Amino acid sequence: MQSEAKIHTEHGTDSSPQGPGCSLRHFACEQNLLSRPDGSASFLQGVAEKSRERLIRNTCEAVVLGALHPRTSITIVLQVISDAGSLMACCLNATCMALVDAGVPMQALFCGVTCALDSDGTLVLDPTAKQEKEARAVLTFALDSVDQKLLMSTTKGLYSNAELQQCLAAAQAASQHVFRFYRESLQRRYSKS
Amino acid sequence: MLREKGTRFLVDSVGAEQARVLETEVAPAQAKAREKMAAGFKTVEPLEYYRRFLKENCRPDGRELGEFRTTTVNIGSVSTADGSALVKLGNTAVICGIKAEFAAPPPDAPDKGYVVPNVDLPPLCSSRFRSGPPGEEAQVASQFIADVIENSQIILKEDLCISPGKLAWVLYCDLICLDYDGNILDACTCALLAALKNVQLPEVTINEETALAEVNLKKKRYLNIRTHPVATSFAVFDDTLLIVDPTGEEEHLATGTLTVVMDEEGKLCCLHKPGGSGLTGAKLQDCLSRAVTRHKEIKKLMDEVIKSMKAK
Repeated sequence: MQSEAKIHTEHGTDSSPQGPGCSLRHFACEQNLLSRPDGSASFLQGVAEKSRERLIRNTCEAVVLGALHPRTSITIVLQVISDAGSLMACCLNATCMALVDAGVPMQALFCGVTCALDSDGTLVLDPTAKQEKEARAVLTFALDSVDQKLLMSTTKGLYSNAELQQCLAAAQAASQHVFRFYRESLQRRYSKS
Repeated sequence: MLREKGTRFLVDSVGAEQARVLETEVAPAQAKAREKMAAGFKTVEPLEYYRRFLKENCRPDGRELGEFRTTTVNIGSVSTADGSALVKLGNTAVICGIKAEFAAPPPDAPDKGYVVPNVDLPPLCSSRFRSGPPGEEAQVASQFIADVIENSQIILKEDLCISPGKLAWVLYCDLICLDYDGNILDACTCALLAALKNVQLPEVTINEETALAEVNLKKKRYLNIRTHPVATSFAVFDDTLLIVDPTGEEEHLATGTLTVVMDEEGKLCCLHKPGGSGLTGAKLQDCLSRAVTRHKEIKKLMDEVIKSMKAK
């Protein structure tokens, strides 16, 4: 529980910039986490996590053929090792690959693509953390492999309808690359064994 | 007219395999027996029962596929809160109460205040909720409302600052569902908007000698509401059919949901689609155009209510 909280403080909040004398401050932060405030900090972060978990779960439920496995529980555990932007899209891709690896029967594959719109209206696919912060809007889509239909979408910021269509079209084009990568990596894996 | 069609359809759908609308009046005893059979069919095969209605492009409560339930807004009913609103969307009822308190502004943004939303789904609104810590649905709804406030910039957080670095307002927005019959997100967004329009903050001056805040309760100002985000929710059936404003039962039977939050310039604050069956670009466009008309309806309703409040 303590180590989880530590990961949250390292990645999550926009706290003061890291400087050379900061290592001491981080230590004090850890000590503080042992007392009561720890409870509220992890709960606040937890609400955003709950929302993300629900998005991933609902995307999987739409695609996985649950009727073939009655009275079965499929648990998906995602551990963030490093976050350099486009976290949600990465989670979705990892989930899909894991489900394929486990041999769970699915209707279609799915992939996640993130688009960022900056203040000029320029579209950036798969933005870095810095680009996401400076962007006016960040849109994340989950698309399926059969006809690139929109399975899941979560957005941040303000954007117009035309910009949405532009992002969706770009995401659909980008998803082809992701699906090709899935196919290639699976081919490589099975050709070795 | 459609309501009539709906009831007659209900009475007849169980008997025959094909749906047809009865033109003649059915004898009372026969009608009662058929209604009992229809209720039985609904319990045993709810999805099939529902599909019979959808084939005729209507729903069990008589609405069309693109029709909203009656929306009523009541502002300023809670006198102990700084701003309040009660929104009823058919049977779904949500009350929003806003309390303003003092707080120290965040260290990384000393000229900003806070807006803290919280959605509560108590056991009183529906039997599916238990008492205790907030369940997943309540947490997701709270996160959704927080995102809408953040993305739409409905109020500038800088407006909530009293003295940079020392004192700022924090608005606690508590949304409590009194009756859950589907489409909770639309009702919550509407209630929040109405309540924020109702909030009056007293004037606060910082006394230089004592460095204490002096609140003048006689001088109150309304908040500066910059945009009017309005949410429109859809449910997806059988991967193809889109219906607007789903009730509790419809949400349960649906294969996916979509919520669009739009402001008056046609800009989208939020496109919330938590998984579920896929949507093509064309269907998405239909949803967005419906959202535009809904925004106009709600804006008109809101303006009427505010006008009647100010007239008092």
